[in-house]
Amino acid sequence: MDLDEATALISTWTEREGRRRDLLMPLLHALQEAAGHIDDSWVEAIASAFNLSRADVHGVLTFYHDYRRQPAGRHIVKLCRAESCQSRGGAAIEAAATERLGVAMGETRRDGQVTLEPVYCLGLCAIGPNALVDGRPVARIDMAALDRIAAEVAA
Amino acid sequence: MTRVFISRDMASVALGADDVARAFAGAGCDIVRTGSRGLFSIEPLVEVETTDGRVGYGPVTPGDVAAVLGGTHPNRLGDIAALPFFTAQQRFTFARCGIVDPLSLADYAAHRGWIGLEIAHAAEPQAVVDTVKASGLRGRGGAGFPTGIKWQTVLDAPGGTKYIVCNADEGDSGTFADRLLMEGDPFCLIEGMAIAAHAVGASHGYIYIRSEYPFAIATMREAIALSAGRIAPFTLEVRAGAGAYVCGEETALLDSIEGKRGQVRAKPPLPALAGLFGKPTVINNVLSLAAVPFILAEGADAYANVGFGRSRGTMPVQLAGNVKHGGLFEVGFGITLGELVNDIGGGTTSGRPVRAVQVGGPLGAYFPPSMFDLPFDYEAFTQAGGLIGHAGITVFDDSVDMAHMARFAMEFCAVESCGKCTPCRIGSTRGVEIVDRIIAAREIEPVRATANGDTLGKALYSRAPDRIDVSLEAQTVLLRDLCDTMKFGSLCALGGFTPYPVLSALDHFPEDFGAPAPALEAAE
Repeated sequence: MDLDEATALISTWTEREGRRRDLLMPLLHALQEAAGHIDDSWVEAIASAFNLSRADVHGVLTFYHDYRRQPAGRHIVKLCRAESCQSRGGAAIEAAATERLGVAMGETRRDGQVTLEPVYCLGLCAIGPNALVDGRPVARIDMAALDRIAAEVAA
Repeated sequence: MTRVFISRDMASVALGADDVARAFAGAGCDIVRTGSRGLFSIEPLVEVETTDGRVGYGPVTPGDVAAVLGGTHPNRLGDIAALPFFTAQQRFTFARCGIVDPLSLADYAAHRGWIGLEIAHAAEPQAVVDTVKASGLRGRGGAGFPTGIKWQTVLDAPGGTKYIVCNADEGDSGTFADRLLMEGDPFCLIEGMAIAAHAVGASHGYIYIRSEYPFAIATMREAIALSAGRIAPFTLEVRAGAGAYVCGEETALLDSIEGKRGQVRAKPPLPALAGLFGKPTVINNVLSLAAVPFILAEGADAYANVGFGRSRGTMPVQLAGNVKHGGLFEVGFGITLGELVNDIGGGTTSGRPVRAVQVGGPLGAYFPPSMFDLPFDYEAFTQAGGLIGHAGITVFDDSVDMAHMARFAMEFCAVESCGKCTPCRIGSTRGVEIVDRIIAAREIEPVRATANGDTLGKALYSRAPDRIDVSLEAQTVLLRDLCDTMKFGSLCALGGFTPYPVLSALDHFPEDFGAPAPALEAAE
């Protein structure tokens, strides 16, 4: 999505939903859902839509872990690092996942195929280690499950 | 056509419930997608409707359709409600969860839904607040503040515009009760919020759900649309979080709804007087609000008659981590930690001995099995140096390294700190460094028996890093000192409670920090 398309989306969205400041996060969610990330070059358009300063928008954008300022890989694997998954061998699975997927935690693989991200709890705490693979929940991850995930994100 | 009940809960789906449902649909069954019953060792669970009621089978795979429909499957469980895991519970809040279709208004009404709201609407707001007070309900988010008193403050607050906010930012690891309820019985939460709205005179409410719960967000949005007529003129909307743990803190959550960085506000003013958009606001956890329909429908006494000491009613306890029978166990306060972990949970999945349990999420204390006689009660846990929090219990076996868990607590605080106050923002990073030094030192250094001189001063001598006293003893003193600063100097529970897991690990498992193991005696 380029700047013109983003600006068009922002104006249609605010036309429909309104321009109150509390709608900033819902707009950021909508933008990211449509474009995959929120480019820094769109901040000015977002700020003017809500009559905020660019610093205000930048502050919100950078505060929340979910908002991406760079495009992610074609597939996104969010692997839980929290205590309950750790109690079920999560640390070993995390190490194996970085190896198996060929990408460090929090990074996108150089070929743009997969992004591996930490997540702190998916609320599936009795059946870990858990992950969201392109939004689909996966539980009881073992080495065989990692192989399946690796095959899935190779496509 | 045979009716078959299969959960649509995120946990069940993660274990393959969607594939199972497709297989049964392919065999010509009429599928009803329910919430989860809350016992994950039997998921994916399939319940087949028969003339003798529902017969459960679990776990089930898509290849098991014929065996289940023929009644010959080896994992036949019979009546799910008759399993010991469920007969031992007192399900007040979760009575419908796993039984009804979460988005069926007819199901909800057929299972005593909306009765509480009707009773509330027929009563004066003050009478509703009095009922909640009389029930003894305390905030289930962790702080345990009496819900009725909070509502009274908002009812008495001057001003026309008031809000109801539901805190569904359930970020604590080991907790999933909010998610289970929102996915399995969303109308219950909506009814609770509508009762709160009537009680304090609010016309609009928000449910702030963390983005890690996409199923709950979708289910709540659908349920709000379906029940809009029922709760009118009260209106509700869902706001999705964006991955910030600290937004589970109520004032950070309010700032986040307002479209700002989720930073903690200084209190006072209390949110009850100046909350969302500066207006009087009831902000309660999912479980607090979802307990209210039962209290109104069955009476305050029915709720208050269950419990222990000043902790009245039931607590939806969540058994998590390395536990054989993990899931949701709603029970009156007073049950002991050992009963929950060993008798109900059945010990560890791995089959190894239990070494530690963390109660209350990432900010909760670690307890050893020697403290398993602790009753589940707000005051008892506070006295024991811990907290109930959102009542998640994460079980660890003897392979756990408690120094690593202490390090993780500090690391998590550093990742999630909102940055507003220094003890949390800086202290958490310093904490990681100190635990790293302890982990490095414990491998090489024999335990030193006596203290000598100004250990803290030498440990702090950071202007010349090569002269820092990196001995175990000095760093352990420094870690305790840092925890003290964080505990008393932080604005909110993130920085203020991170010392709980760290200090409890240090106190109960000193051998993992290179110190001698504690003598075997009772903790108190």
